[in-house]
Parts: sequence; structure tokens; C-alpha cells
Amino acid sequence: MIQQIDYFAIAPPLVLALTAGLVLLLDAFLPARPRTRGALGFVTLAGVLVSLGFVVAQAAGGGTPRSTFCVPPGLADPATAQCSFVADRFTLVFAGMVLAAAVVVVLLSMTELAGGGIPVGEWYFLLLCTFVGAVTLPASRDLIMLVVALELVSLPVFALTALKRYDGRSSEAAVKLFVVSVVSTAVMLYGVSLLYGIAGTVFLSRLEEVFGGQAEAPGVALVQGDLPAVGTVGVVLVVAGFAFKIAAVPFHAWAADVYQGAPVPVAALLSVVSKAAGFAGLILVLVAALSGQAATWIPIVAVLAALTMTAGNLLALRQRSAVRLLAWSSVAQSGYILAPLAVTVTADGVTAVGASMAYLVIYAAMNLGAFAVVMLVSKTTTRNELDDYRGLVFRRPVAGLALAFCLICLAGLPPGLAGLFAKVFVFRELVEGGSGWLALVMAANTVIGLYYYAVWTARLFAPAAERDAAPRRTFPATGSAIGLAVAVAVLFSVAPQLVLDATALSAFG
Amino acid sequence: MMGWLPVALLAVPLVGALLLLLAPHALRPRLRAYGLVLSGVTLALAVLMVAVFDYAGAARPQFEVDQPWIAGLGLRFHLGVDGISLPLVALTALLTFLCFVYLCWGRERAGEQLMRARPRALVFTLLVLEVGMIGTFLALDLLLFFVFFEVVLIPMYFLIAIWGGEGRGAASAKFILYTLLGSVVMLLGLLLVWAQTGTLDIEALAAAHGAGMARSVQILAFVAIGVGLAVKTPMWPLHTWLPDAHTEAPTVGSVLLAGVLLKMGTYGFARIAIPILPDGAAAVAPWLGALAVVGIVYGALACLAQRDLKRMIAYSSVGHMGFVLLGFATLTPVGVNGALFANVAHGLITGLLFFLAGAVKDRYHTADMPSLGGGMLATLPRLGSLLTFASIASLGLPGLAGFWGEMLALFGAFQPANVLPRPLFLTYMVIGGLGAVLTAAYFLVMLSRVTHGRPQRPARPAARVLQEVGGPPPAVPDDVAGPPPAVLDDVGRPPGDVRTHELLAWTPLVVLILLFGLWPGLLLSLTTPAVLTLLGVAS
Repeated sequence: MIQQIDYFAIAPPLVLALTAGLVLLLDAFLPARPRTRGALGFVTLAGVLVSLGFVVAQAAGGGTPRSTFCVPPGLADPATAQCSFVADRFTLVFAGMVLAAAVVVVLLSMTELAGGGIPVGEWYFLLLCTFVGAVTLPASRDLIMLVVALELVSLPVFALTALKRYDGRSSEAAVKLFVVSVVSTAVMLYGVSLLYGIAGTVFLSRLEEVFGGQAEAPGVALVQGDLPAVGTVGVVLVVAGFAFKIAAVPFHAWAADVYQGAPVPVAALLSVVSKAAGFAGLILVLVAALSGQAATWIPIVAVLAALTMTAGNLLALRQRSAVRLLAWSSVAQSGYILAPLAVTVTADGVTAVGASMAYLVIYAAMNLGAFAVVMLVSKTTTRNELDDYRGLVFRRPVAGLALAFCLICLAGLPPGLAGLFAKVFVFRELVEGGSGWLALVMAANTVIGLYYYAVWTARLFAPAAERDAAPRRTFPATGSAIGLAVAVAVLFSVAPQLVLDATALSAFG
Repeated sequence: MMGWLPVALLAVPLVGALLLLLAPHALRPRLRAYGLVLSGVTLALAVLMVAVFDYAGAARPQFEVDQPWIAGLGLRFHLGVDGISLPLVALTALLTFLCFVYLCWGRERAGEQLMRARPRALVFTLLVLEVGMIGTFLALDLLLFFVFFEVVLIPMYFLIAIWGGEGRGAASAKFILYTLLGSVVMLLGLLLVWAQTGTLDIEALAAAHGAGMARSVQILAFVAIGVGLAVKTPMWPLHTWLPDAHTEAPTVGSVLLAGVLLKMGTYGFARIAIPILPDGAAAVAPWLGALAVVGIVYGALACLAQRDLKRMIAYSSVGHMGFVLLGFATLTPVGVNGALFANVAHGLITGLLFFLAGAVKDRYHTADMPSLGGGMLATLPRLGSLLTFASIASLGLPGLAGFWGEMLALFGAFQPANVLPRPLFLTYMVIGGLGAVLTAAYFLVMLSRVTHGRPQRPARPAARVLQEVGGPPPAVPDDVAGPPPAVLDDVGRPPGDVRTHELLAWTPLVVLILLFGLWPGLLLSLTTPAVLTLLGVAS
């Protein structure tokens, strides 16, 4: 038979992949002039925007979710078709968020690459490869594609981190990231193979049936829907693998060093795009495939969430470097995003996942805004410590106010209403789901988190020690990145319903 | 009808603040007038609201606005005013306006100094603060209330952290962390109420009087919400942020903190905790009453030990808020009425006291009472007499506003609600009465140290240096008859008495303290119907 491919469904990753190839070719054949650097950046930006356009078109089209790469009914054991690539609402929300974040990252890259120390073609090629993976991952509906997509997100990032050649910190960060990531992949592959061994299938929908007790498991005898020990091991290993990607405790130690060593755009990429991909995979595996075994993984996720937010916040308290602080703060934020997953009850778990997604979307906007300003400051100061932000509001009013807004958003206080409502979404799920203790842990963490955000924000408004006489340089690309991220954060503050509409509806299907 | 009024009350300061952000250069030369006019317009709107309020229907919210905002959360933009919130809205608008008067017409000294350091940011901060304060009193939706409750945190943090005194960094951090911890716990309580009843509408929840919630849930929710409100109020033992914040805050910050922000906590008890969770309130009320009387006595004893004038007034707030909480804890119309009255009276009196303390600090460059010496009535007669007036108002002299609220709160404790143990509350009443005596004691001690006695030269640094190097002590004692030796200010002139702009800012407070003291029915007739409805007595 001939496999029918729905090219419209796979258009977003396809466009990105083609652009990646194009960028590599252009870099090889265009003369190596400073102007070429800008041109390649714009080509990349255009590719991302076209891809985003396809996502928007698919979302606007509505109707039934498009799916492709299917095993037709009758060929395999179950009577229904099983597809590897599904562009449903869940996919589109994640893809849209990743691509919007990609725009910001590309804009930041333009400023970073203007210095000239980094090979441009390779940079954009690797960046686009990461985006391909991040867009494909939420659409994946079988374990193999999930792992491949996740690797596609991770592998280029090692190279991107190391591209700042002749920088010891950068190389160290790359090696650290590489080792951690490879170990996590190995762990996850092992878990995946155990799950496959039990269920005899890689498709998530079929896994769901097997682990939910609706279909018999060919691998082992499933007594009354109870998972044998080997299955529990498989679930734990898969969760652990994803926990590496989202920097959850106890797999969080790499975050600060890698964020600090990597170029700022890559740190932004890690904290938003890569993290979003990790969460997409985690949600897919836990909710779409293993919801029948919720009793096994809910306690694990709850403890992970509590530990992650606490460790992240406590570690962030003592940081002096802006990027390291953001690294630990993003670990803490991972904990908040994980928390609603821990109350997903089998009957209507969809809304709780919606809270996670809503938090992630809002987090992406506010965190990218903060990173964009950090990028701007990193161009004028060498060390990028918190003290370098003293009096930023007077030197660069727009950037200073933007950073203040994003930090207050991350802390979750008005006027950063987006962050406040994001936390309210999560608290609501926790209280309704009966996880009162997790809600209390998160409440305490919100207060700890406020301390370092408030101290940093206050520093922005403190009078600067000495006026820097350096001429003011402007970075139009970074400026527009700040503008974009903050505009979205403000929009979410005024109308958080937009996020809820996108995420709270039935996530799958 | 008139639904635009509450929206306008919020929109005027908010739009004003945003304009300040968007068009900084056009407004810079006219900043003083700008802040004054905006807060003046807000006050005018509040006065208009007081004027057109239907006093026959004070029990029901009026001027209601009800628009959906975030459907996914069930959050509605629901505003309204009833007899409980109307005085507080007016008080907020008044105090903010008076702060601007104090800042903007002061051509010299404090106002000037504050306005010189980043005037635009100061006006912006105060306007945003006003939005949050008024919004809290207007909100009729649990989450909307929470949002406005949080809005005040950041502006107040910056008010202390930027324009505060020496230890401002630690004080501001303590303030914001403490209050955020309280409000997050309160959020959990509000969400618990919502999870149980499925609505966020305060009106509907209050009308249900706790129907649909089990007693255990109500107790849990009351404790969570109560902790959040008690931090803000502040209730002993959650008050420790208050003295530091007050001591370090600039004058306008202290005035608004004591005059309005503390009221947000007590208002929450009257608006949310008691009417929505009656069973929880009944179960927790004895504990609330116990902590309240501990607060009264503790506040009074702490005041006796203070040397710093501002810090003493801050601790006196702990005591006064103890009376307010005791009034709430009785769960009777009399007690709650008394609490609400004491609330407003405390806002007026303590607002005035902090203005005066700021003026004293401004003239003597210290608020340390021993350093101030005595005899202010002789050196600065008008300031001294105003300080005396505010102090005796605060200690509860009959005929002034401070008396009625505390008297009614104690009276409520004499005959608490039927579900509450009467002997216990009689004990509270006796202890509270003792606390009132102690309150009188520390204010009188303060007056005897500061306003009475013979004027002495305050211990000035120069004199101290002289003594340290072993110079002979002044042979001629200072307190011989003759013109009082004047304290010199930094320019070398004696500090002047009350100035015009200060008088302008303080007179309305003095008048209102007298008015409510002589005619308490004015305020009580407003709150009584609303209180009866909230407690479910009328129905």
C-alpha cells in the first residue's frame, strides 16, 4: 500500500527543516560579508514566521484534528487507525508557543551574532533543527517518534552551547549538558523499552488502552489493571528522563552552569523552547498514554513538583549573576508547571493539564522578556551580575521597565497580572483536586521567590553608583524581541482568558 | 444607574498613572499640580458618591457594575458600594488627597525633599496605590478583591524602599514578604470557598450565609482567609512587620499604611470572612477574641517601652486593631458596628498622628522622644496642641472619634452572640478595658515627655561631642526662665510652627474626628443596616 502523507499537517516542521537546509546552502555559497549574517538571520526569521503561519492556519481551520503517518485499520491488531503524527489542539498550542518563542530567540541571536565570533550558518542551522524537534514533539503520538523528536531538540543545543569557541565556560557547559542529556536519554530509552515490552506497541493510544486495562497486555499478565513491578520501573524511568529535560529535582544541578556558560539566546532557548518540549513529552506520556496508571505516577510527580520549586527558589536566593538567577528561577517555575499534573484525576484530567499549559504559555512570555533584557545588558557589561542592573531604569528606561514588569510577572504580583493569574490557575487545580499540602508548599515558595525577584527589581530603580560614560548603543533586534515578549505578557495580563481559551478546552482531540 | 461612578473612581488614578508613564516630559513641569488634581478629582467623585448614595438602602450594594472578565476563572469585574465600604472609600480618597496636599504645597522641607527625589515616580506610586486601595473596598468578587488586595503591595514596597529611612531595605522586604505570605494563604482559602460553592460572587455568597459548605470546610477556609487578613490588620502575633515598616516609611507612606492599608485587613473580615463563613467564624471567634485582647495589652505595653515616636504610634495601631478584631469576634451587630466605627476612627486619628510625627521628625531631625526634650507646647504651640489633640483622640476620650468604636467593641463583648461562651468574652472585655487604661497611660506619658515640661535643648550631636571630649558641662542650666532656646534647623533658623500646607492637610482630619466624636450616629446609621444583613439578623 502507499502511505498517504498529509503535507498540510506536517507543514510547520517541514518548512523549518527546509529553511534549515537553505540556510546551510546560503552560508556556503554567499560571500562571507557582515551583511550576509543579517541576511541569514532574516531568512531564518522568515522560515519561523511561515511555519507559525501554517500553525495559525491549522488552528483557524478548526474541524477534526489532522493526522498522518498512520497505520490503517486492520493492518495492525486494533481495529482503529493509529497515527504517529497528530495536529490537534494540544499540538497547535505547543507549536504556536514554541514558534513564537523561536521568533524571540532568533531576534536575540541576531544581536549575539553581530559580534562575529560565532559561525553564522551553523548557528541558524542548529537553531532551526531544534525548532523542528520542538514542533514535532507535541505532535508525536508514538514512543519512537517522541524520543527522536526529543533528541532533535537536545542534540543541536550542545553544539549551540559550544559555538562560542575559545570560551572555556562555554565548552564546559556544553560538555555538562551533553553528558546529562545523554544519560537522561539512555534512562528514558530504557523506560520506553520496558513500556514497549509490556504493551507490545509504541502508539500512545494503544498504550493507553493496555495500561487502562481495556486491552490485554501481550508482554505480561496485567492483574486487575495493576502494573507489575517492571511497569512501575518503566514509568519511573520515563518520568526521570523527562525530568532531566525540564531540570526537575533531583536532575536540576546542570541548569545554572549551562545557562551561564551558554550564549544568552541559547539560555533563553533552553529555558523556554527546550523546557516546553520536555513538558509536552511528559504530558503526552503521562496523560495520553499512562493515565490508567495515574496512581503510580501522581505521587512521584507531586513530590517532584514540591522539591523542584523549593530547591529552585532556595538556590536562586543566593545568586549574584543574572543568568544564574534566571536559571534557578526557571527551575522553580518548572515546579509550578509540574504541580497541576500531580492532581490529574482520571475522569477529567484535561483541565488540570490545561492549567499546566496555561502556566507554561504565560511563563514563556515573561521569561523571554526577562532574557531579552539580560541579553541587552550582557552586551554592555562583561560579567552580567545583578549589580550591573543598578539604575537600569534611568539609563535605559524602556528596557528597565520591561525587565521590572517581567520580574514582577514571574513573582506573580500585580501589575504583572499574567503571572498572578497563572499562579491562580495552578492554585485552583490544587485546591479543587484536594492537594492542599502541595498548595501550601507552593504558597511558601511564592513568598521565597518574591524575595529575589523583588531585590532584583529594587536594584533596577536604585540610583547607579557611577554614570557610565560609554556611548549608548542600540540593538534593534533585541529591542524588538523585548517589545514582542513584553507586549504578549501585557496582553496576557489584560486578557488571560485568551490563554485559557487556547489551553483549557479538551486538550487531546 | 450611576454604575460609572465606581469605575471612574478606579479609572481616574489609573489613567493618570499611565499617562505619567507615557508622556513623562510633557507632565514633568506640572507634577505637583498633576497629582493634586487627579487625587482631587478622585476625592470629588468619592464625595459625589457619598452625596448620591441611597441611605435608605445602605444594606445593599449600590452603583453596581458587573462585567465578565475572565470566564475561565469565573472572575467578574463586579464592583459596588454599601454602608460598610462607603466610609472606607471616602476615607481612602480623602487621605490620598491630603497626602498630595502635604506633598505638593509644601514649598519647603519634607514635602519638598520627597518631591525632589524622583517626583514622577512618587506621584505614580501614590496613584497606583490609590487604585489598589479603592478597588479593594469596591470589589464584590472574591478574586477581584484578591487582585486589588495585591495591587497595593508593589507600590507600598517601593514607597518604603526608595523614599524610606535608614533601614528601609530590610523593612520593605519584611513588609512585602510578610504580607504576601498572608495573602497567598488567603488566596487558598478563597479558592477553597470557590471550590465548595462554585461561585466567586460576594453578594451571593453572603446571602447564602455559608449554605453548601460543611462546618469543617468553613473552619478551614476561615482560618486560611483569617490568617491572610490578620497579617494585614495586623493581629498579634503576626504584626512584627508593622513597626519596622512604619518607622522606615516616609510620612505619606505611614499615613496611608496606617490609615488605609490596615483597614483592608479588617474590611476583609466584615466583607468576606464573617458573612460568608458564619459557622467557621463562630468556631474561631473565641480564638480571634483571645488574640485580639492579647494584641490590645501587648500593643499598649510595647508602646510604653518605645523611645521612637513613630514606632510608638505604630505599636498603638496594633492595640487599636485589637479592639477592632475584638468587635468582630463578638459576632454581634453592636460589636461589628463598633469595629467598623473604630476602623474609620483609627484611620482618621492615626493618619493625623503620623502626619504630626512626620512634622516633628522633620523639624527636629529625630523622632526619639528623649532627644526631643519637652515643652513642645511652649516652643511650637500649634504643633504641640495638635499632637495633644490627636493623642487624646487616640486614647479614646469621650467626645472624640476614638471613643465610640472601642466602647462599642467592649460593649459587644459584654453580650456576645449566643453561640459564643459569654464568660470568656466577659474576661476579654475586662482585659480589653485594662488595655484601654494602658493606652491612656502611654499616650499621657508620651505627652508628658514631649509636649509638657520645660523646654530643654535636645541632645544635639554637637553637645554630645563636647561632653565626650571632656569639655565642661554648661555651667548655666538651660531651663532658667527666659525665652526658650530654639532648636535650629539645618539652615540655622528655628523650626517654624505649623505651616499653611500642613494646616490644610490636617484640618479636615481634625474636623472629622470631632464630627464623628460628637455625632457617632452619622457613621453608625450607615453601617448598621449593612451589618444586620451581613450577620443575617435582619433576614
